[in-house]
Amino acid sequence: MSDTQELAPPPSLGRLFWVFLVMGATSLGGGVVAYLRTGLVIRQRWLDDLTFVELLSISQTLPGLNATNMSILVGDRLRGGMGAFVATIGMCLPGAILMTGAAFAYGIGGDDPWSKAFLHGIAAGAVGLIVVVMVQLGAKVLKTPADYLFVVATAAAVAFFKVSVPIVLLAAGAIAIWWHRPRDKSPP
Amino acid sequence: MKQLWDLAGVFAYLSLLTVGGGMAALPELKELTVNTYQWVSFPELLHFYSLGQLSPGPNMMMVASIGAVVGHIPGAIVALVAFFLPTGLLTFAVGRLWTHLATWRWRPAIQTGLGSVAVGLVLAGAIIMGRGAITDLFYGAIGLAVFLLLWRTKINPAYPIIVSGLIGMGMHYFGLG
Repeated sequence: MSDTQELAPPPSLGRLFWVFLVMGATSLGGGVVAYLRTGLVIRQRWLDDLTFVELLSISQTLPGLNATNMSILVGDRLRGGMGAFVATIGMCLPGAILMTGAAFAYGIGGDDPWSKAFLHGIAAGAVGLIVVVMVQLGAKVLKTPADYLFVVATAAAVAFFKVSVPIVLLAAGAIAIWWHRPRDKSPP
Repeated sequence: MKQLWDLAGVFAYLSLLTVGGGMAALPELKELTVNTYQWVSFPELLHFYSLGQLSPGPNMMMVASIGAVVGHIPGAIVALVAFFLPTGLLTFAVGRLWTHLATWRWRPAIQTGLGSVAVGLVLAGAIIMGRGAITDLFYGAIGLAVFLLLWRTKINPAYPIIVSGLIGMGMHYFGLG
């Protein structure tokens, strides 16, 4: 924890954009949260760990990607609405340009057997990555045996019975939220 | 022009399904872009998705690739804005109201309840993507090896995924792939 260290003053919009652009360009491999903490808490000292964890828990509660949700929340804390805007653009711009370029390159070279072989290989590897994300997410949120039932029911409904996702999300979500509903403490 | 509106509608809708992260949207992403609108084939979607895991920044920047396939650079921009704006505005608003919500008694219930559904959606995504990418035992072994490596070590996921691609090329060289 770096709570004892003094925080730096909020940055200018240009500086905020630049720092998020650098993180957006260097956070290879998806672990954006770790890059964000190193950049924002340790290197720039714009946030303390307590605030970082608080913003992260908002990001994880809401829909949306952690990386962009964090950019919005941190940008807003530091420089208001414009701060949220420039931080998000900075975070997304490098990957967006790369993946747009990838689409055009794919149009030219995607049918080449060597590219196909490479892409087939990384697709198999990416499935391993999805399963890891599932296990890590599960370790954080699955607490009771019923939670595992919700996981299996959701996955089976979507992947095997072709139930549409919004219906599953509403039905399973409502049941799961009701299962964990706040209960009044029983009187002594 | 109609295609840009379709892109905007599809990705704005997918945006709202990203509970617990972008991977929760995978099942519906496949359904809409491959089956309903036929913007990309299933192998193309798999390829863009996996390339996206190698790109820096948020892990779903592959929406720009699909947008670009449909409508070039305007398509990429429309897909990105549509995918990030709805949840972005929600996050912005909730971030400002958070002091009121932090102690809301239903919050832990919503977080835990939606959490297990999100894990289920990621599992469904893994099954659906696996059907396309794991075409035989050998590719299953690649996926399993990447899983074990990332689960047991703190290695950057980009490295084993690149190695998977090189193994794929090696299989092609030996006439196995």
